Amino acid sequence: MIVLLAIFFPFFMAFFVPFLYKRIHSKHIGWFVLLVPILLFILLASFVPSVAGGAHYTYTVQWIDSAGINFTTNLDGLSMIFGLLITGVGSLVILYSIYYLSEREALGRFYVYLLMFMGAMLGVVFSDNVMVLYVFWELTSISSFLLIAFWYHRKQSRYGAKKSMLITVSGGVAMLAGFLMLHTLTGTFSLREIVDEVGNLDKTDPLFYMAMILILLGAFTKSAQFPFHIWLPDAMEAPTPVSAYLHSATMVKAGIYLVARFTPIFGGETVWFYSVTCVGIFTLFWGSFNAVRQTDLKALLAYSTISQLGLIMSLLGIGSMAVSDSNESNVLIFTAATFAGLFHLINHSTFKGALFMVVGIVDHELGTRDIRRLGGLMSFMPLTFTVALIGSFSMAGLPPFNGFLSKEMFFEAVVQLSRLDLVSNGALRILIPVVAWVASVFTFIYSMIIVFKTFLGMPQSERVDKEAHEPPIGMLVAPFVLSFLVIGIFIFPNGIGRYLLTPAMTAVFPMHRDLKGLVPHISAWHGVNPQLLMTVGVIVAGSLLYISLKKWKKVYALGPLRWNLDSIYNFVLTKTESGSNMLTGRYMTGYLRDYFVYIFSFFIAVAVGGLFWIGNLEIDLSKDAAVTVNEYIIIAVMMLAGLSILVAKSRKTAILLNGVLGYSIAILFVVLRAPDLALTQIVVETVTTVLFLLCFYFLPEWKREDTKRSTKLVNGFIAVAVGSIVTILALMVQGNKLFTSISFYFEDAYRLAGGKNIVNTILGDFRAFDTMLEVVVLFIAGIGVFSLIKLKAKKGEKDIGNQ
Amino acid sequence: MEINDVILKTVTKIIVFIILTFGIELFLSGHHEPGGGFIGGLVLSSAFVLLYLVHDIETVHNGIPFDFKKIAAFGVFLAVGSGILSVLFGTKFLGQGSRVFDLPIFGETEISSVIVFEAGVALTVVGVVVTIILSISEDV
Repeated sequence: MIVLLAIFFPFFMAFFVPFLYKRIHSKHIGWFVLLVPILLFILLASFVPSVAGGAHYTYTVQWIDSAGINFTTNLDGLSMIFGLLITGVGSLVILYSIYYLSEREALGRFYVYLLMFMGAMLGVVFSDNVMVLYVFWELTSISSFLLIAFWYHRKQSRYGAKKSMLITVSGGVAMLAGFLMLHTLTGTFSLREIVDEVGNLDKTDPLFYMAMILILLGAFTKSAQFPFHIWLPDAMEAPTPVSAYLHSATMVKAGIYLVARFTPIFGGETVWFYSVTCVGIFTLFWGSFNAVRQTDLKALLAYSTISQLGLIMSLLGIGSMAVSDSNESNVLIFTAATFAGLFHLINHSTFKGALFMVVGIVDHELGTRDIRRLGGLMSFMPLTFTVALIGSFSMAGLPPFNGFLSKEMFFEAVVQLSRLDLVSNGALRILIPVVAWVASVFTFIYSMIIVFKTFLGMPQSERVDKEAHEPPIGMLVAPFVLSFLVIGIFIFPNGIGRYLLTPAMTAVFPMHRDLKGLVPHISAWHGVNPQLLMTVGVIVAGSLLYISLKKWKKVYALGPLRWNLDSIYNFVLTKTESGSNMLTGRYMTGYLRDYFVYIFSFFIAVAVGGLFWIGNLEIDLSKDAAVTVNEYIIIAVMMLAGLSILVAKSRKTAILLNGVLGYSIAILFVVLRAPDLALTQIVVETVTTVLFLLCFYFLPEWKREDTKRSTKLVNGFIAVAVGSIVTILALMVQGNKLFTSISFYFEDAYRLAGGKNIVNTILGDFRAFDTMLEVVVLFIAGIGVFSLIKLKAKKGEKDIGNQ
Repeated sequence: MEINDVILKTVTKIIVFIILTFGIELFLSGHHEPGGGFIGGLVLSSAFVLLYLVHDIETVHNGIPFDFKKIAAFGVFLAVGSGILSVLFGTKFLGQGSRVFDLPIFGETEISSVIVFEAGVALTVVGVVVTIILSISEDV
């Protein structure tokens, strides 16, 4: 229950921010928002001891029970880690942004989006029902879109926002398809139930693999894995606190969460193992390789995030084999990999968050983050330099920082993997550790670039606009907290192991719950072993390459490297746009007549096709009631009115005749004893006639149209065909009962819904959901008409903002 | 061109009240007799439309200073909100209940919670219909 409230608390507060912002209207609004993540963090932290003791909390709110969709929250070890990251980093980021964003910015909007994101992200990690998870998942994409486009007057921001939205949402849709396939296989949307059910699954079913691949697509797009990583560098157009929060600490880790969450389901499958591990390793390499050539510090951090995400992903991939392996020593090797992945996930959030904040400070104080214009800042900003040093060295995998511990464990995992005969392919066995090592060398190089190119060397005061000095103390609090964590985790890693990682590991590997050594003891020194030698190698090779950076940087200008994924993305996007423009231009002629031709032709095709498909074309009139004289008269009037419209000489006559048709239908309803319908018909007819008369003013003069004979014939045919099909259908309905009638259900309306008027109980009770949505649609239509007409006048005004 | 429409204006004064009363009657009786939120709302909006037709927009707006867009939005809020409210009361989404009250003038009256939902529907219909007709006619 508390978890459920925790998810909705940010949304609830987001609702109040605009009202409060009107009153306060200053940067102090941030302090109010800051309360939200701090409270949630304390709340979640209070659950840590009991979760570490093996407890998990589920709470269900019945929602769409008939479809298997219930709002079930689940708090276990894995979601706890993410929950703490979301609220913890969230608190620090909001504290930081209070000082980072100036009062002139639209702070109200900023914090609404940020809170919305926080709620959505908590929803992702605490939902047990995959459909609910999906909704929150897309909500994080949407809030990320809004936050990237926060400075929407910039063209680059809009481009980055659109790109991230397109890529992550298409991945999300693929994931939804995967969830639906899993539902087909297991019959449930609940993650816990799917995990229980997975033993009985037929794993040779092609649907199983399809579901796996589709869900992986969702995870890879969200976590910016190759080749979907291209959105993350462009997402750096967002304000720096957003980049630190969404695009390094939380949202991009949603994909990792998904992979970890689905490990008990898909783990042990070689397809899963290979795709997650290889994509992760390659992303690790590609990200770090590309980070080195960046000149914008934020772009560098973006590529480094991509690379670190790849590292975590590959570790989870290696670890997934523990699910199916029965050899205990092998299992321990695999689980150690997953453990390293989860450990690095926490470490990455600490050092990368600190680094983003440092870059934000540099940008804020100097007005640039281009490393070619920076240098020698150490003497001006000693505190900022300290944080940068701690963060970068941790990222490079150097002691005494937490990055060293998880990096060593990563090396251990790949070395151990190459010793197993599991990886049957000999080349791959060598390749994985080699690529991992090379990628780490590049990681070392770009970490050094951040520290040395920015803070050491000659100050280039003539190339920056402002004088360098330390930021306000409030801006330094958050990065300092993070760098204390970086060192603190290095000194006391096993506290985290005991309280956070142990329950998370049992959540990922429920089948190895009782295995001894599932959670290895983390120690900084374990003798001279391959992984230590690899680290030493990284330092040596990295230093050499860093010094000779200028000499080999030409590599990046080589042909195949310039041919990049971004241009493919842009090409596909522009082609799709122009293609659909052309297609739409073909059939959207602007003539109502043409649109009716499309609609009715489609209707004819579907109805006739349907009749042939069913095949039973009998018309049985015996069950129909007898037609009385009154009815004949009314129908004759209607037919006359309908026919006379065709030969009407003026538009007014035609409208009136149309009115005759409408009111006659109403009378027919009265005769057939349907008072509700009759009332509605009369009023609707009246209102539409008024509308018609209003539109009268705008319509051009009524004149005979000179259309071709053939067009007229076709239109006539369509008209007659539609009329006869409707008639035939109506006559056949009584004769052919394909299904049992459902109306008996409503006859019991008084007992079921407490109303004697069946029509109304259907509208207000049995099908109230339909009515509710219709009301919403009606409202949207009204607003649509209103804005269409009101905005029309502004056509002459110029389009603003393409900066 | 100024049309002499004294008769129309005089008749409207009375008719509008009859229509409004009828609309409310339809709205309230909907539970057991023909009527309900949708049709009630339509009748109410036709009364407003009649007013706008007979007098000009400005005059009516001085008499009824509502923003009909807001009325429509409030209607949607009621309709959706009543559904969420019923969840908070522990029943299903859009679940309804009713109780018989002993009111001073009406005597034993059954009041159902569905009336909030129906009011939402009615207000949306009134708001949307008047908004559409007003915005088209203001566009002259």
